[in-house]
Amino acid sequence: MDCSDLRRQAAQMKKCLFDQGYLDEQFYQLEDLQDDVSPNFVEEVVTLFFKDSSRLFSNIEQALQKNSPDFQKLDSHIHQFRGSISSIGALRVKNESTLLREYCKKENLDGCLKTFQKMKREHAILKQKMDDYFQLLRQIGTAEDATRPII
Amino acid sequence: MAAAGGGEGERVMHVLAVDDSSVDRAVIARLLRNFKHRVTTVESGVQALEMLGLEPNVNMIITDYWMPEMTGFELLKRIKESKDLKRIPVVIMSSENVPTRISMCMKEGAEDFILKPVQQSDVSRVCSRIMR
Repeated sequence: MDCSDLRRQAAQMKKCLFDQGYLDEQFYQLEDLQDDVSPNFVEEVVTLFFKDSSRLFSNIEQALQKNSPDFQKLDSHIHQFRGSISSIGALRVKNESTLLREYCKKENLDGCLKTFQKMKREHAILKQKMDDYFQLLRQIGTAEDATRPII
Repeated sequence: MAAAGGGEGERVMHVLAVDDSSVDRAVIARLLRNFKHRVTTVESGVQALEMLGLEPNVNMIITDYWMPEMTGFELLKRIKESKDLKRIPVVIMSSENVPTRISMCMKEGAEDFILKPVQQSDVSRVCSRIMR
């Protein structure tokens, strides 16, 4: 597959991420910040997000323990998570976090548990899609380097 | 207030960015560096005060509101109570649009309040005002 095919594939992948509601326009803001000085900025920030989120998930899980749920702590963890979610434009994950916060405010443990599972699923799907997308971008980079004329 | 530096005619600030989210620290630092400012990032209000104790010559502080241990509001209060630090403009960021929170911060001496996710236009506006 040549560079132009790979680029078309990447563009199509990105379009799907937006069309299917995985990402919102905040992702474009991240792309705008990427340049020659920070050529991998978007991937770096998204990687940070997925690294942070595993820690935040375990905090949320702790707060949701059936014997003694701590809704105040839970609210604090969700709030913390929402900041990062918004910053990368992870729309579906953000929507689930909004629902989770509403259940948390009502102290509805069942609702919290179900919504948290859904949030984790959306998060996992997004991670896979972003991994695939960045892998393709790296392939494009490698293909472009290979075809660059040696001066 | 702004230190001279960068290109010809460019004014460069040293900005201290405070946020417990590594994602948001990366984004705000990138936004500020886009405008050629020098950025130091820390993850808490406590670390911010430690850093300011060692290097008080910061031109602007931009801090998240909601942080564990010390909120951005508490950090703002500590800065405005300090004779060495009170001159430093403090900008608060929050992902929630809570009017009472905003007016509380402005009353306490915040320079501006930015809603997250922070945009280039927010940083441009705030930095231009402070450098005037």
